[in-house]
Amino acid sequence: MTSAASSVTSAGRGGGRRLVDRVARVRELGIVVALGALFAVTGAANPSFLSYGSLRDILLNSAIVALLAVGQTLVVITRNVDLSVSSVVGLSAFGGALILADHPGVPVPLVIAGCVALGAACGAVNGLLVGAARVPALVATLGTLYAFRGVDYAWAGGRQVNAADMPEGFLALGTRSVLGVPLPALVALAVLLTVGWMLRNLRSGRELYAIGSSPEAAVLAGIRVRRRVLTAFVANGALAGLAGVMWAARFGTVDATVATGKELDVIAAVVVGGVAIFGGSGTVYGAALGAVLLASITSALAVLRVDALAQTAINGALLLAAIVLDRLLALRVAAALRRRRSP
Amino acid sequence: MEDTPVLSLLQVSKAFGAVRAVREVSLELRAGEAHALAGENGAGKSTLVKILSGVHRPDSGRILLDGQPVEFAGPADAQRAGVAVIYQEPTLFPDLSVMENIFMGRQPRARLGLDRRAMRAATAELFGRLGVHLDPDRPARGLSIADQQLVEIAKALSRQARVLVMDEPTAALSGQEVARLFGVAGTLREQGVALLFISHRLEEIFELCQRVTTLRDGALVATDPIGDLTPDALVRRMVGRELEALFPKQDTTAGEVALSVRRLTREGVFTDVSFEVRRGEIVALAGLVGAGRSEVARAVFGIDRWDAGAVEVDGRRLRPARPTAAMAAGLALVPEDRRQQGLVMDLSIERNIGLAGLTALRRGPLISRLAERERARDWAVRLRLKFARLGDPVNVLSGGNQQKVVLAKWLARRPSVLIVDEPTRGIDVGTKAEVHRLLSELAASGVAVLMISSELPEVLGMADRVLVMHEGRLVAELDRAEASEESVMAAATGRGRP
Ligand SMILES: Nc1ncnc2c1ncn2[C@@H]1O[C@H](COP(=O)(O)OP(=O)(O)OP(=O)(O)O)[C@@H](O)[C@H]1O
Ligand SMILES: [Mg+2]
Repeated sequence: MTSAASSVTSAGRGGGRRLVDRVARVRELGIVVALGALFAVTGAANPSFLSYGSLRDILLNSAIVALLAVGQTLVVITRNVDLSVSSVVGLSAFGGALILADHPGVPVPLVIAGCVALGAACGAVNGLLVGAARVPALVATLGTLYAFRGVDYAWAGGRQVNAADMPEGFLALGTRSVLGVPLPALVALAVLLTVGWMLRNLRSGRELYAIGSSPEAAVLAGIRVRRRVLTAFVANGALAGLAGVMWAARFGTVDATVATGKELDVIAAVVVGGVAIFGGSGTVYGAALGAVLLASITSALAVLRVDALAQTAINGALLLAAIVLDRLLALRVAAALRRRRSP
Repeated sequence: MEDTPVLSLLQVSKAFGAVRAVREVSLELRAGEAHALAGENGAGKSTLVKILSGVHRPDSGRILLDGQPVEFAGPADAQRAGVAVIYQEPTLFPDLSVMENIFMGRQPRARLGLDRRAMRAATAELFGRLGVHLDPDRPARGLSIADQQLVEIAKALSRQARVLVMDEPTAALSGQEVARLFGVAGTLREQGVALLFISHRLEEIFELCQRVTTLRDGALVATDPIGDLTPDALVRRMVGRELEALFPKQDTTAGEVALSVRRLTREGVFTDVSFEVRRGEIVALAGLVGAGRSEVARAVFGIDRWDAGAVEVDGRRLRPARPTAAMAAGLALVPEDRRQQGLVMDLSIERNIGLAGLTALRRGPLISRLAERERARDWAVRLRLKFARLGDPVNVLSGGNQQKVVLAKWLARRPSVLIVDEPTRGIDVGTKAEVHRLLSELAASGVAVLMISSELPEVLGMADRVLVMHEGRLVAELDRAEASEESVMAAATGRGRP
């Protein structure tokens, strides 16, 4: 292993290293390429797909899932999962709408803060179940998926809040655009950039990756694993709470069934976005791009007049393709890494 | 003036269920002193380390820091108190870069975010001191055991601790890396760091340490100044009886060629490697860490693909990257990385031993649990396995005992060609002789053995022929008479190419 050791490995290293480096970035890049291809093909078949209105719709439609995907990524990175997000969204959307409808005097920012806090509380329940009670996340959050939804049903008691019951100013938040970009998309973008920065640049952010990469090693490294996992769940819950308000503002009509089944879209976006489902790697940017890609595909299929049943099948096929690709890439990287030793 | 020890244990005990791993042990670590902990596999050394590092809380007894009682509620507490630990089993984050592994939780910060450039520079500086050639930016995934161990060492050094605990840091390292580590450790000692060192290579203990504490079955035997002991006396303390000399290989006549490797090349890893192993022979593959020895073994066994060349077992050509076919052809590999490749950590001891030779245990379409248990019991006795029950998962075994299970698993298979990669890594002196005797017996019964080892005495004592690799190439082939410490090291470091 003297200095000349590098000369032996240099032959395969150039290629291997380039591959590794490219693959490291390819997750996000791959989605961008897929998006480009999708827009080119669909746009060629039907130019109206590229119109401002259509693009604006895609952004609006993906904003909420993207926001949820960012939160979910925080949890998945730690080798956990949160299935209960859709119920949290439902609870927060209904709670927010109800307050706005029944107590018109309460200022909107306070309602939004309340919804975020409600979401954070739900996240804390999940986090405590997983961290303190050591229930596997899949089981714990499956339980709370039903529990939170049950609370939602009991609270609503069959009631529905309509757009007419809510203040104009609030509903405008869901549809207004700033410089041509819908406000929910801007909110999602701001959250995305903030969380992305934190994951990369805070020690606690790096610790989330460490926990997911090897929980046992994280304990030995002195990382407070339970606290970090709890934080991830709380942050995810808070974002789900925020997504709930956005839902109410955007759609106007809110009942107890809001966002039912959305958790699968969110996890699909995360997986398509290249976040490893067993933790330790992936970025929020990938997850958000995954959300945009899935929303774009739905829009494209509608524009291309593919019927709704086929759409589900196509989404499924895409998910499988993403998982297979992920696996293949992981194997390639592992093989390349074994060849690479010297700097 | 008698200075107070930096860290001491007073009558600490720790039990796991019925297993009393540590029993009322006291230990004093002093500034500027290297203290060795010796004992057989399962004697309780790693458990003691984990008490010092806050992983385990002692059931009774006290920990004193600078003479004051402390409680470590977790590893973070011990770290804050200035205790840095290199654990026996590497504890890296495979998805994260090597430098982040080293600085996790202590990454240098810039005004905005993390200072990755400073982190890279600090890593390069640490690697420079240790003579490690690794890219700080590469992920830890895919590192060899030796490289993982070197990263662990760098990690512990980076903490600039007052107490540095090293649990078998040298087990996978060859002479050159060990010398570097000892150089660094010596400097730390002069700076007043207290060292605790564990190794089954007794000569290392005598080289580095000033005092030795010996454990047997979890209990303290004695603490002696190193000058009062000879290696034999230390072994007697550990084992509690006289030990026969390290087992030299018995002479056998080599039969026909069983394994033939011709011009094997894996691009960027090893080049043009050709050799043969005959029945009855033990051929050692020596070299420095990173010379490509394990990589050759992995390729021959079919775990990694090769780019050019050929491998034949008993005259039959193997197809690349087909481990199942290799096994069917009579090849067996005891891998270096027992946790990743050798064992199913959650499975029981008997299951793990049975795993590689299920055919022999088959009764019709079913596996006979009785035969499995019988075989496991037999091997447990032969290798002096220390365990509570055969049904226990292997991850509760001590490191050396896990290694014995890996060995048993493959030896039980009776292969025609056996490749062993660091077969005695972490195995105590007593059992080492037993493993050597077993390998020798296997060879005598007609098995061709290829042995990779970083331990020169093992290579010289066991091998009929020594192949030396340097930077991915086979640079020397020495027969038993030619092989000596000097000739092997010269070839391994690239000097004195014949
Ligand atoms: N988590 C655990 N659960 C149950 N038993 C354990 C556990 N950890 C260790 N033991 C047992 O405690 C005893 C001491 O183990 P320890 O790892 O301390 O040995 P050691 O001296 O480090 O041995 P080696 O030289 O093989 O590393 C062994 O019998 C082992 O099986
Ligand atoms: Mg140990």
